[in-house]
Amino acid sequence: MDAGAERTQFETAAADHDVTVTRTRAANFASTLEGVVEYPAVGVSLPIDGVSLADTAVETTLTPAKLDTARTGVTPVSFGIATLGTVFIESTTDGAEPVSLFPERHVAVLAASDVCPDLAAAVDRFGEELAAGPSSGIFATGPSATADMGGHVQGVHGPSDVHVIVVDDR
Amino acid sequence: MTEESRGQTAAHIRDVMTTDGAAVNEQIRNLNANRYESVAAFDDYETCRERAREIKERAIENLPTLIETVTEQVEANGGHVHVATDGAAANRYVQDVLDEQAGETVVKSKSMTTEEIGLREHLAEAGADVFETDLGEFVIQLAEESPSHIVGPSLHKSREEIATLFNEQFDPDSPLETPAELTAFAREYLGERMKEADLGITGANFVLAESGSVVLVTNEGNARKSAVVPDTHVAVAGIEKLIPSIEELHPFLELIARSATGQDIAQYVSLLTPPVESPTLDFDRPDQPIDATDDDREFHLVLLDNGRTAMREDPHLRETLYCIRCGACLNSCANFQQVGGHAFGGDTYTGGIGTGWVAGLDGPDATAAFNDLCTSCSRCVPNCPVKIDIPWINTVVRDRRNNGNTPDAVDHLIDPLVPDQESTGLDRQKRFFGNIDTVLRLGSALAPVSNWALSLPGVDRLLESTVGIDRRRSLPQLATETFRSWWADHHEDPDSADTTVHLFVDLYTNYLYPERGKAAVRLLRELDLSVEVTPVLPSGRAPLSQGMITTATEQANEVAEALESPIAADEPVLVIEPSDLALFRSEYSKLLPTETAAKIDAGTAGILEYVSPLIKSHTEIESGASGEIVFHSNCQQRTAGFEEPTVEALEALGYDVRTTDVECCGMAGSFGYKSQYYELSMAVGDDLEPQVADTDVLASGTSCVAQIGSLTDGDEPPHPVELVERAWAEHRS
Repeated sequence: MDAGAERTQFETAAADHDVTVTRTRAANFASTLEGVVEYPAVGVSLPIDGVSLADTAVETTLTPAKLDTARTGVTPVSFGIATLGTVFIESTTDGAEPVSLFPERHVAVLAASDVCPDLAAAVDRFGEELAAGPSSGIFATGPSATADMGGHVQGVHGPSDVHVIVVDDR
Repeated sequence: MTEESRGQTAAHIRDVMTTDGAAVNEQIRNLNANRYESVAAFDDYETCRERAREIKERAIENLPTLIETVTEQVEANGGHVHVATDGAAANRYVQDVLDEQAGETVVKSKSMTTEEIGLREHLAEAGADVFETDLGEFVIQLAEESPSHIVGPSLHKSREEIATLFNEQFDPDSPLETPAELTAFAREYLGERMKEADLGITGANFVLAESGSVVLVTNEGNARKSAVVPDTHVAVAGIEKLIPSIEELHPFLELIARSATGQDIAQYVSLLTPPVESPTLDFDRPDQPIDATDDDREFHLVLLDNGRTAMREDPHLRETLYCIRCGACLNSCANFQQVGGHAFGGDTYTGGIGTGWVAGLDGPDATAAFNDLCTSCSRCVPNCPVKIDIPWINTVVRDRRNNGNTPDAVDHLIDPLVPDQESTGLDRQKRFFGNIDTVLRLGSALAPVSNWALSLPGVDRLLESTVGIDRRRSLPQLATETFRSWWADHHEDPDSADTTVHLFVDLYTNYLYPERGKAAVRLLRELDLSVEVTPVLPSGRAPLSQGMITTATEQANEVAEALESPIAADEPVLVIEPSDLALFRSEYSKLLPTETAAKIDAGTAGILEYVSPLIKSHTEIESGASGEIVFHSNCQQRTAGFEEPTVEALEALGYDVRTTDVECCGMAGSFGYKSQYYELSMAVGDDLEPQVADTDVLASGTSCVAQIGSLTDGDEPPHPVELVERAWAEHRS
């Protein structure tokens, strides 16, 4: 399967897990982000060329209070999984894990070239990280959910709403 | 079990059916529908099961090495490992960690292992405020109840009950009502507790030894917060959760959520190699910029033994340690679907696999209240992602319980009926059903007098008080002419026959339903086969279902001896009773030498398994019979995979066949006759009733025939071979 088909598969699978996917180019990132962010918002820096939170109103100096009141958290994700619409959130010192977890909306920013074909490939990819030294992260698939209160509800201890912005990077 | 204690058991089951039954049944129905759909859509299911099983077998084999490896690695990563021999040691260790922090508030994510050792209660007694953050566990904590399900601890509670509980406990401004309102309230309440927490406790679904990583599979996100928000994380895991490395993780991730809830993957799979990089969050200093560099993260991995090493050394309980706690065996269990874990389970571990856990941790007698609810219907077996033989574990534990009993003063009353070789003190109800071959033989010799005797006033009461046959059950009528005595006048061979087949004469065909045997003989002859029959042979199924392994083994050996010469001559042995054939195919490998069991497996076939291809090969059948027919296949038959040929033969003859879609009819051998289980058995049957009422039904298993008879007020369905024989004869004429 070529990269384009994998990206399409990712978008379909993500939609099946109630994730909204938007594709954009680096040049249009800020305006795309504006369309999916509810303020106040917090974020961590994005490692994609030409993509930055600097020109946006997303707060990147984190405090517990800001994290607590933010309605949106913007984080990079290392890769996506085509068959599942899953994203991999790496545990980083700048706090991608809590930023993706506390606010009711998580906006995950994914480089279009970073889509793994399936779960096996994704686990292998994390395995390579681990081989290089201790590493942590989360496979996150859609909003947090529970059926423990007598019916399916989204948004429990994690976000109720997940957006993925796929940035065409080549 | 005395009549009184049977009454108490029945009353307890009735109570749990009333309080928990409806909610459990509805939730499990949904979980099952999702699981079946998800597994059917997953092409690599069997490959992943094989691989997962191999990995677990090897991991448990190499457990001491894995413990060493993970200890070294976690310490090299900067964490601490404590191998706790028992629950008390684990609890003490966690308390010490908390004391060292001078901490008070603890948040926990869901962990059956910490339930097992009562960690929450221990820390609370020591003065800590401990909060369960999984909403199901939170409900259980508030209600002060025990979990009713491994995956959904509060599965037995309806939305209304949860709303009442929350409204009473928290007295919110406006009463909570909907699932969304309840969830929002819990999120807010527990969110505050997370912010205050000094210590976060999680379990672990898997522990990767080589990297010292902990894998947590959740949907709510509470494990993510519990592990990462407080600066100290304690993960408590049974030693059996260790697998070598990330290389072995993939098949489990494919299987665990599918098997648990029918999801292709859980919402969150945390792969943590603590101490993690993420900054800790100090909500007491809300405006202090978050900075991971001044973190003082601590990580403790508590590996719990608590009897697991002994389980590893026990050849029968060992595979319990392969369990990944997905709950699929609970959900696929017909009895569990009616009562949940408050009747079918111990304090922590519930359902069929609960027997393995509870027996392993606390000894076989600790399972006394629920072990007999496993009827060996075997429907959990194909649903277990690591292929654990859960019915066998239940049988072995039952056997161990039997042998631990003391003799009963009334035993001599039924002694003539029960010539088994089991130890004295065996429960006499079990003894009666386990020796059903003798009961049938003696009863048959006296038929029709014995049928008449059974219909005398007061006999039903006597049977109930002595051997616990529920008086609301009607007993099968003993045939006035057994199959074997019919055979004595009918053993002739067609001239043209060049193939000989042997009909296995099971107890039920011989004494209760000779018509199905006669139909089989006629059909085989119509198909130009020469027919021989075996002696009447108890297969071992009846004693095995009562946990009488010694007696079952003796009977298996007698079957092996009787079948030796036909199998050696390559003459197929055909079996009418599916529960017997399923036994040959599965449990015989445990009762007999491997080679003997393999020969019996290869040399036997279901009657319809054998004739179906012959019927299908007669291409001239056009529109022979017609009409709709419902086929209820025996549960063990479906597990062993020989339901389909019956459907194919009927379809080849022109029938429009529908199969029933319940796991089990509820009778399950002798289970539904037992007075303490009668009501549960009928509740299970109620799910089947609409599918078999007012329609033409076929049933292959003897006990299914009786149960469908009860459900439909007396019409006992014929065995499929009877209809096939009739339709074939009509086609030929």
